[in-house]
Amino acid sequence: MDAKIFVFITHTDGKADDSALELVTAARSLFPGCTPNALVAGSGVGPVCQEVAASFGEVWKFDQAALAYPNAELLRPLLVKVLPAGATLLLAHNTFGLDLGPGLSVKLGVTYVPDVVGVDGLEGTTLKAVRQEYAGQVSAHVHCDIARGAVITVRPGAFKPAEAGAAAGQVVDRSEDATGLAARRTFVELIQAEAGDIDITREDVLVSVGRGIGDKENIPLVEELVEAMGAALSCSRPIVDAKWLDKARQVGTSGKTVKPRVYLALGISGSFQHVGGIKGNPFLLAINKNPKAAIFQVATIGVVADLLELLPVLTEKILKSR
Amino acid sequence: MEILVCVKRVPDSAENEISVGPGGADIRREDLVYSVNEWDNYAVEEAIQIVERVGGNVTVVSVGDTEAEEIVRREMAMGANQGLLATDAAFTGSDGLGIATILEAVARKTKYDLILTGAQADDGAAQVGGMLGALLDWPYASLVNLIKVEGDKALRIGREIEGGSQEISDIELPCVLSIQTGINEPRYVGIRGIRKVASVEIPVLDGGALGLPPETVGAAGARVRRVDYFVPQTGAGAEMLTGSTEEVAGKLVDLLKAKGGIK
Ligand SMILES: Cc1cc2nc3c(=O)[nH]c(=O)nc-3n(C[C@H](O)[C@H](O)[C@H](O)COP(=O)(O)OP(=O)(O)OC[C@H]3O[C@@H](n4cnc5c(N)ncnc54)[C@H](O)[C@@H]3O)c2cc1C
Ligand SMILES: Cc1cc2nc3c(=O)[nH]c(=O)nc-3n(C[C@H](O)[C@H](O)[C@H](O)COP(=O)(O)OP(=O)(O)OC[C@H]3O[C@@H](n4cnc5c(N)ncnc54)[C@H](O)[C@@H]3O)c2cc1C
Repeated sequence: MDAKIFVFITHTDGKADDSALELVTAARSLFPGCTPNALVAGSGVGPVCQEVAASFGEVWKFDQAALAYPNAELLRPLLVKVLPAGATLLLAHNTFGLDLGPGLSVKLGVTYVPDVVGVDGLEGTTLKAVRQEYAGQVSAHVHCDIARGAVITVRPGAFKPAEAGAAAGQVVDRSEDATGLAARRTFVELIQAEAGDIDITREDVLVSVGRGIGDKENIPLVEELVEAMGAALSCSRPIVDAKWLDKARQVGTSGKTVKPRVYLALGISGSFQHVGGIKGNPFLLAINKNPKAAIFQVATIGVVADLLELLPVLTEKILKSR
Repeated sequence: MEILVCVKRVPDSAENEISVGPGGADIRREDLVYSVNEWDNYAVEEAIQIVERVGGNVTVVSVGDTEAEEIVRREMAMGANQGLLATDAAFTGSDGLGIATILEAVARKTKYDLILTGAQADDGAAQVGGMLGALLDWPYASLVNLIKVEGDKALRIGREIEGGSQEISDIELPCVLSIQTGINEPRYVGIRGIRKVASVEIPVLDGGALGLPPETVGAAGARVRRVDYFVPQTGAGAEMLTGSTEEVAGKLVDLLKAKGGIK
């Protein structure tokens, strides 16, 4: 069975991403005790292959100049060519995984299971997986038959990384298979996110505002609290999309990764893309009018309240206590 | 440019408390407020802006029950030229592939140059656009936050990736793109806009009209079965503070002080 279990490894600056070992754990929760195989594509990826070898059976290396940037449109036909029939492929549910995965499942003619957060095991050939819906307010059990194979994307951070080093993986150079690839989408360049006027990654007390603030007019309520606390202001993505605050203040997977001591989440539902940007286990206080909001699953302290009522009172009390 | 935009009617998760219904078979739907999936508004706005620049038509399609007509109409009020509703009892219980299969059949009825979807919907799956691209055998890009039309054969696009960096690519037409929020500022739709399109006819396409055998879509064709909904047990969860606004604010001040949150 192991011969048919694969993990696609993404890497940055010559190092495998954290998701690599999380995917090993996810694979083992599907097939207990298995040693999955790894797929590594890129240019000059020898060191990445060596780095991960100890955690896999075989590491298939696809080393080609044309693969220097991970273009899902190029990699999809490659994977269709090299994966054996009935293969189960796990990849991270990140911006690369969701670019590659859905179309790959169609081209392989296999089941697609997106954004898996848990696995209840395999019964025969039926995979029992756990997903979240409605920004994490509810979870769902999903079942699917993976006898013919599957493409599964796994939520980053949902599985603990496996201990490295149990397997004596072998690097197999399959670069020859990756010649002559063509795609109708060609990579041009990567534009790094702009720095902005504030660096929230260095702040140790953050007050973060989300869509629950309702209106641009209400942002000063938050700014007054920030000032009273002597904290810094950050936000969720919709606040940036609406252009109420600068992109440099956005916390999350497509924003900044912060590691404050104290994080106050105001009117933020707690999507994994937001929470994924909060590291270092801060003292997390959440204020939300919805008692079911997913943010309360990760917060230390929760308050069910309307921001517009609570914030002015809170700010005033802080100012008085000084 | 002929553009098809796929839109989904979803419970507005910013407005609703979502809870699990009896036996976990579904969420409680009695009092839910529905709207257009947030990402899809950005897709429709982008399509309208492209057509404003280079000419063409925007068609909006939704797969759903007859109630989905109301969101198709809303997107027409934004400025889409045409609306379509794909509805059939046999479509009920479709998985992502089922929805993509229905949309593929819609796309094959007319010649489109570009199809836009949202990056993701309420299920957080982010699957339909990529599947649709593969079914049509068109190139695909997800999380698009920039579109420039370069002649009539290609687009220059940006994808927003981790950390907010932008990956620039060229993509051939026809193609499928999934749109990320923030690519534009979707226009406001007022009562007057809605009134103007209130009596426009929205053609309805069923499985017969789309040439879809019932066993390929809906619950019958689904490879992924949602068995039930439940509320996860995640550790201890937050300690919840209760009391009057005054009391809660007081407790918060004490906690913040103790943890160094007030400097
Ligand atoms: C690829 C990708 C990357 C992403 N990256 C990021 C990212 O980096 N950062 C990010 O934040 N998001 C990101 N997102 C978006 C993410 O999926 C969510 O849509 C977003 O985090 C929601 O922001 P929010 O919690 O502010 O809004 P919502 O989910 O709309 O939540 C608003 C909350 O406010 C509460 N509320 C409403 N009114 C009040 C009131 N008066 N008082 C108190 N509470 C109230 C509501 O109950 C609700 O819980 C990304 C999405 C994708 C697809
Ligand atoms: C009663 C019920 C039963 C269901 N049962 C199952 C089940 O058994 N198994 C299962 O896997 N799923 C099931 N679903 C989920 C449902 O089929 C989803 O709509 C489907 O998976 C696609 O939506 P998504 O949120 O995954 O789309 P995403 O891939 O997250 O959405 C991306 C984009 O695709 C487009 N899109 C998505 N849906 C539509 C649509 N309906 N019309 C037009 N465009 C659309 C939009 O542009 C959207 O922005 C069920 C849903 C309902 C309501």
